[in-house]
Amino acid sequence: MRRNPRELEKTHAVLTRRAMLLGGAQLAFVGALGLRMRHLQLEQADEFRLLAEENRINIRLIAPARGEIFDREGRVIAHNTPSYRIVMVREDAGNVEEVIGRLSQLIELDDEQLNRAIAEMERSPPFLPVTVAEQVSWQDVSTVAVNAPALPGVAPEVGLTRVYPRGSHFAHVVGYVGPVSDFDLSRIDNPDQLLRIPRFQIGKVGLEAKQEDMLRGKAGTKRVEVNAAGRVMRELDRREGEAGADVQLTVDAELQGYVQARLGEQSASAVVMDCETGDLLAIASSPSYDPNSFVRGISVTEYNALLEHSYRPLASKSVQGIYPPGSTFKMITAMAALEEGLIGPDDTVYCPGHLEVSGRRFHCWKRAGHGWVDLQNSLKQSCDVYYYDLALKVGQDKIAAMSQRFGLAVRHDVPMSAVARGLAPDRAWKRRVHGEDWLVGDTVNASIGQGFMLASPLQLAVMTARLATGRSVAPRLIKSVNGVEQPIRDGEDMGLNENNLRKMRRAMYAASNDRRGTGYSSRVIDDTMRIAGKTGTSQVRNITAAERASGVIRNEDLPWERRDHALFVNYAPAENPKIAVSVVVEHGGGGSTAAAPIARDITLQALFGGPPPLAAYPSKDRNRIRAQQERLRDARPLADTEGSGRA
Amino acid sequence: MSYLEYTVKSVPTGLRKILYLNWPLVILLIGVASIGFLMLYSVAGGSFSPWAEPQMKRFALGLTVMLVVAMVPIWFWRNMAVVAYCVSILLLLAVEFFGVVGMGAQRWLDLGFMRLQPSELMKITLIMLLAAYYDWLPAKRTSRPVWVMIPVLMVLFPTYLVLRQPDLGTSILLLTAGGGLMFLAGVHWAYFAAVIAAGLGLVTTVFQSRGTDWQLLQDYQYRRIDTFLDPASDPLGAGYHITQSKIALGSGGWTGRGFMQGTQSRLNFLPEKHTDFIFTTLAEEFGFVGAVSLLGLYTLIVVFCVATALATRDRFSALVTLGIALTFFLFFAVNMSMVMGLAPVVGVPLPMVSFGGSAMLVLMVAFGLVQSAHIHRPR
Repeated sequence: MRRNPRELEKTHAVLTRRAMLLGGAQLAFVGALGLRMRHLQLEQADEFRLLAEENRINIRLIAPARGEIFDREGRVIAHNTPSYRIVMVREDAGNVEEVIGRLSQLIELDDEQLNRAIAEMERSPPFLPVTVAEQVSWQDVSTVAVNAPALPGVAPEVGLTRVYPRGSHFAHVVGYVGPVSDFDLSRIDNPDQLLRIPRFQIGKVGLEAKQEDMLRGKAGTKRVEVNAAGRVMRELDRREGEAGADVQLTVDAELQGYVQARLGEQSASAVVMDCETGDLLAIASSPSYDPNSFVRGISVTEYNALLEHSYRPLASKSVQGIYPPGSTFKMITAMAALEEGLIGPDDTVYCPGHLEVSGRRFHCWKRAGHGWVDLQNSLKQSCDVYYYDLALKVGQDKIAAMSQRFGLAVRHDVPMSAVARGLAPDRAWKRRVHGEDWLVGDTVNASIGQGFMLASPLQLAVMTARLATGRSVAPRLIKSVNGVEQPIRDGEDMGLNENNLRKMRRAMYAASNDRRGTGYSSRVIDDTMRIAGKTGTSQVRNITAAERASGVIRNEDLPWERRDHALFVNYAPAENPKIAVSVVVEHGGGGSTAAAPIARDITLQALFGGPPPLAAYPSKDRNRIRAQQERLRDARPLADTEGSGRA
Repeated sequence: MSYLEYTVKSVPTGLRKILYLNWPLVILLIGVASIGFLMLYSVAGGSFSPWAEPQMKRFALGLTVMLVVAMVPIWFWRNMAVVAYCVSILLLLAVEFFGVVGMGAQRWLDLGFMRLQPSELMKITLIMLLAAYYDWLPAKRTSRPVWVMIPVLMVLFPTYLVLRQPDLGTSILLLTAGGGLMFLAGVHWAYFAAVIAAGLGLVTTVFQSRGTDWQLLQDYQYRRIDTFLDPASDPLGAGYHITQSKIALGSGGWTGRGFMQGTQSRLNFLPEKHTDFIFTTLAEEFGFVGAVSLLGLYTLIVVFCVATALATRDRFSALVTLGIALTFFLFFAVNMSMVMGLAPVVGVPLPMVSFGGSAMLVLMVAFGLVQSAHIHRPR
């Protein structure tokens, strides 16, 4: 079919026109694409370059070395030692089961950990190393290294583990570290990025926890190039972190070890404090536990055994244990009365063995009574009625105020866990807490450190140091940080009447050194080392009238947890006080028999800087003391093994 | 004019035809394909396997196919148009029933020695059929409703089949190319105006209906549109590809980060870096200069095709060439818009550069037709 040429021309013209139109539209679009490229690649180039770098570069944290802890002589208390673990990379291993099979023939593997590792390997990307065995010995590490060709993907890795060479001696002071838990994270507002590092360890208890910020150090960083799947391609650069600060304690590790050993397996605690500086030379609590087992990961049975032990080994009794101070509180009652000028030191009170107060009879510990007693005799023989009388004259509020001046019912600033505040009750307190009016009987009870009165061994030591010096000495646990001496909180003068203090000290001296004193049996006969102390026996139960009628049951016949607490506080040497000591034996019975001998041993050990000469003890005690010293020396194999450190 | 009126004797014969090829177009194609090899080599981390080498072999095959198609007179292809279209439709139906499922869609036919993607074939045969139709149709009937409806059905039927696979990218390409060819053939303006108006109306209605009782799309479909409009709102989910792709492009700057130095592609932040997103690697490693150069080469290919089309007096040749130019343009325009965040990610490869067999072979057949039209043009 031939077509009309004119029609052909016309259709061709239409085609050309429309082709030009469409071509123009296409060119316009190409122009738009070009502009878009210009916009993205030239105008926003910097921004996108930055985003590309952010994609590519990952910042990884490097864990800093934790600060070490030393005693006042530079002996190591906590340090970091290399520990080895075996890791495995799935993609390098190829056949995981086969390699693990070969590995288990070479070294011992924990089944539980192995199963966890296999599960983790299946979940995580194939290039991430997974820990197969932890806390591996150097022997095993070398075995793995030697057999490397047969163990593709398996490699030893080195890390740092916290070690406490003195084991249980410092468990209550220093505490221990452990891996960060979700609970830890939830307690911290703005957690350090370091805490997100797997297996990073932080202080859990004690000084490790309290001084966490100081000990932790600052994280280092390394920049690595990663791909989209998160695999590290190479390290670009690294900046090392800052190791944590080294902390030196005021504690003398040798003395601490001795005190722990002397307390033995009793449920007891003791504090030795420097009277001048407030330095805590020993702060012990028994029974104790091995903090290293917590770092390694304690087993459930082991942990439950600690939790269920009736002597509460996990509790740091020296600071968190609070007890009715008993007769050790009598000095405070007396000081309150003396300072108020209500009595003179030589005024006497008649003790018939009890005191009637608003129709209720309060007994003296001595049923027959002490007769006429003045301050010195009453303290020496620990007459209760004398102090009932004083307290009724001076009133509870004055006594509570005096308690606080002596550091009772005050939370001392010591970096240990759960430092207790204790209690020195007054009228307002009882109204607030119990909603009841203060009764005269409450005053009577409180006057001899019973009733509501509560104090910790640390507070009792502070009280004794303040009695010895007349200055408000405050406890100090950290001697220096990174070699920088920490300030001694200057114990300013308490503004007490020096005459009253002197009378008080003389009474305490008499209690320890006069033939009729309650602490006489635990006296020291070396004249330069004499101690001035006070016994205390605090009831943990009420003695009922019926019981009195039928005869009070002897303490030893009671079940352990209902026996009296035994307490003793002293300072020494009496003429020139250097140290203050407090000892509390939970449910130990009488202060003079259970607590005072321990306090004497500790005092002499501290003053002599080692085992004291037997000549310091009364001659009839020497044989027993010699045997005891030998026994304690054998029981402390740690004493000189780990002495070398940094001073 | 129609081929019946040709002075057939003036058309070159035998191997002499090779001299009459549109050589600049051949060189442009080789140039673009070479950029493709380079990029495939780069994204494989400096290796010919697994992408660059097979791609080079395919391109060699493609060149041969192009020459063979070019040698055959264009009027033969005109006569084959209906047959080719019917075969393509049959193959699409075969995919519907026997196709191989891959990457979430049913697109391939396993022929044993190769996997054929009939939707690719459809792009070229649809253009051939429409060009033949308008070559046959007297000009005065072009805009009559009945004669408009016929090509509309020719376009819509394969589009529907492809959409069912589902392959949104190819369906859009088919629809746009078909519409473009009808526009070129001279169908009256009013039809296009009406369709565009209706389309705009539909889009408005769809958006207006959101959140009402008569909502037209599912919620997830709206969310996809949201992600396209603001990829930053979901950088790790659906917007991940587009965000990473823009980062790669943008970080290229003026001259790029250097051959094989693109961190985005080397560290696998880019998705589909050897296929649909290969342009981002080019832009990252060779920067604005590289990206604009490729855009320039593509534009030149289109320009040469349009010039060839306008130089011939044969209506079929002109329409086929213009249709192929338009399809080629749509390929790279949609792909580039997609990776630059101007269009949703619909899965259109970068022509001659992306790794892929069917698409490249079909394009080479198409350019074979353009060459044939050029060689056998009436003189």
